[in-house]
Amino acid sequence: MSTAASVTVPTPRPVERRPAVTAGRVGMVLFLFTEAMLFAGLVSAFLVLQGRAPVWPPPGQPRLPVAATGVNTLFLILSGVTMLRAVAASRKVGGNTATWLAATGGLGLAFLLGQGIEWARLLGYGLTTRSGVYGATFYAVVGIHGTHVVAALIALAVTWRRADRGGITPARRESVVVCALFWIFVVAVWPILYVLLYQPWGGR
Amino acid sequence: MSHDGHAEAAGLWSRIFSTDHKVIAKQYLFTGIAMAFLGGILAQIMRLQLSNPGHPVPGLGVVQGIKYNATVTMHGTVMIFWVAMPLLLGAFGNFLIPLMVGTRDMAFPRLNMLSYWTFFLSTVVLVSSFLVPGGPSPVGWTAYPPLSAIPAYSGNTWGVHLWILAVALELVAFLMGGINYITTAINLRAPGMRMRDLPLVVWMQIAASIIFLFSVGPLVAGAVMLLLDRTAGTGFYNPAAGGDPLLFQHLFWFFGHPEVYVLLLPGLGIVAEILPVFSRKPIFGYRMIVWSTVVTGLLSFVVWAHHQFVSGIDPRLAAPFSLTTILISVPVAVTLFCFMATLYRGSIEFKTPMLFALGMMAVFLIGGVTGILNGSAAADIYIHDTYFVVAHFHYALIPPVFFSFFAGIYYWYPKMFGRMMNETLGRLHFLGTFLFVNVTFLPMFVMGLRGYPRRVYDPSQFVALGNMGGMQILATIGTAGLLFSQVPLLINFFGSMKRGRVAGANPWRANTLEWLAPSPPQHGNFDEIPSVYRWPYEYSAPGRDNDWYPQHVAPEGALSRKAG
Repeated sequence: MSTAASVTVPTPRPVERRPAVTAGRVGMVLFLFTEAMLFAGLVSAFLVLQGRAPVWPPPGQPRLPVAATGVNTLFLILSGVTMLRAVAASRKVGGNTATWLAATGGLGLAFLLGQGIEWARLLGYGLTTRSGVYGATFYAVVGIHGTHVVAALIALAVTWRRADRGGITPARRESVVVCALFWIFVVAVWPILYVLLYQPWGGR
Repeated sequence: MSHDGHAEAAGLWSRIFSTDHKVIAKQYLFTGIAMAFLGGILAQIMRLQLSNPGHPVPGLGVVQGIKYNATVTMHGTVMIFWVAMPLLLGAFGNFLIPLMVGTRDMAFPRLNMLSYWTFFLSTVVLVSSFLVPGGPSPVGWTAYPPLSAIPAYSGNTWGVHLWILAVALELVAFLMGGINYITTAINLRAPGMRMRDLPLVVWMQIAASIIFLFSVGPLVAGAVMLLLDRTAGTGFYNPAAGGDPLLFQHLFWFFGHPEVYVLLLPGLGIVAEILPVFSRKPIFGYRMIVWSTVVTGLLSFVVWAHHQFVSGIDPRLAAPFSLTTILISVPVAVTLFCFMATLYRGSIEFKTPMLFALGMMAVFLIGGVTGILNGSAAADIYIHDTYFVVAHFHYALIPPVFFSFFAGIYYWYPKMFGRMMNETLGRLHFLGTFLFVNVTFLPMFVMGLRGYPRRVYDPSQFVALGNMGGMQILATIGTAGLLFSQVPLLINFFGSMKRGRVAGANPWRANTLEWLAPSPPQHGNFDEIPSVYRWPYEYSAPGRDNDWYPQHVAPEGALSRKAG
């Protein structure tokens, strides 16, 4: 070790790292950026195809139900609010997280049901995947978003079961937050798709 | 370990479905190596048809028409998605990141296991497409519509369906992997390790993963629409239904070009680790290399349309995309210049990893410089779809995918398997590989400049091109030589597991944290999580007895830096 000639100052051991953001949240945010790029790809494809059409929506094809879906959109936005309440409740001792999660799931199911009824009616009016890019983009974009709602509902169900059975622990609070990130993303992306797909103007 | 039969069975189970990043790395490694031989054999089948048009390939009959197209498609697909990705990201990303940042495993070990098994499933789907009626996809690895969108055009239904499914599963696997790599490097660094203490290969893995994550979404969107066009009768890419075939090209290349950098950056990272160790010098321009990587990543998102100069895009788009394409060579050149400056006046040891690292730089230089010609719209209109492009992208991709991979294998093999590889066999492997890569692809530059078209199964029918059969034969000999040159690697790789000299923890006298762990590292990597006191490239520091100064060794005496 050191000789008498030099004065030795002990080197402190570097302190344990405390990450600013938990791994679960970093991972989820990275995943959501990927998802955002997926929807960006879909939206740009829609805009390109819409821009090629001389008239949009094409004449002689059913119109999309702006008002009914508007109400449906409100259900989904409301589910975002209840999800935020669930996160807030998970921070408090004795907060009713499970109840808010259940309300979120109920509103999400209502949105999905509304979309299902709408699809059934549009198919009845003759708008199918084969009726040109108008029907094709509608079913592809709304279908991919709907798949995300289903995935978010499954994640929500798992989180709700844990919160309902054993109450909130720090690990479960973390899973509520990570689940909420995904849910809020699915909620936030919908109004963009709604405005783009349902607005009755466009074309060259 | 227990001798109880049940416990042993459970042990085997947990060894196959392991969450240990090192086991997963080796699973990716062996799958990737197996697929590399499939890709290489497909290349040889193609070459045999091209140099002897109409002559039967042993065991396969005459490979022309759809059969040839399927061979080209599967060669490209296998090499990019099932060789380059698993070897560079799957094997090295998994093995190195937790060890180099000084942690016990990935941030999400179970997600990591799911990543490999999703990849394995994708491999099974892809290989099974060789067995379905009609054979594997013949529509090119780029799968351009309308050829890919309308089954009647390609004469193939199931092969293309399975191809789309396999690629989608593969992308999901690397999505899970990428999330793991980035989160681990950001959140699980050892105490004292700042971002600027990260080894460059970890930086490059992070950058590659970010590029992959941000570019893959539009391709998935495009692939979903392609599958719907084929199965649900949508007409996204069919002009008759109001669709646009060019749309797919944009969505594809928005992913496809950044993907080149997803493969290049980890390859450059491996070279960046090897050069300082075998020159006994600090890396030159650490920060410049990191910033070049960031700039390369950003620019890689705005170059994609240079693949479409002759596809009928707006000519006003060609100029800005030419500009960005030529610009992206600047940060990559900066990185290579930093590498060269690292060598300058170093005490260079020509061990096998170093030979492959230097070979990577030399071969990649040709690939990079010829890319400038392709990137310029004016020149590209002439050389587009000729052998010049084939030569260019093989010169650009073989260095990171194979030279860097080989360099990395010779360098980290002692860490992975606990024994050294044989130097003589390694040098033989390098000489053969370096020679035959050039024998195969140099003639193609000449053929391309003379107008030889790619993707044509019998080029001899173009009488106007004159006789270039000699160069075709040369290229075929090159491919055969290249395949044959891998024999010393196989002997070395499998032989050294039993017969290699036992490697200590740090056989190369290197600084990074993986060399602190035993060779091979046990489950959990480190006996005790190390603390980090300096950057990874402190070689030949004055005033020390050893010419290396590992990251985890506490400085003696004076307080050199604040903790944390």
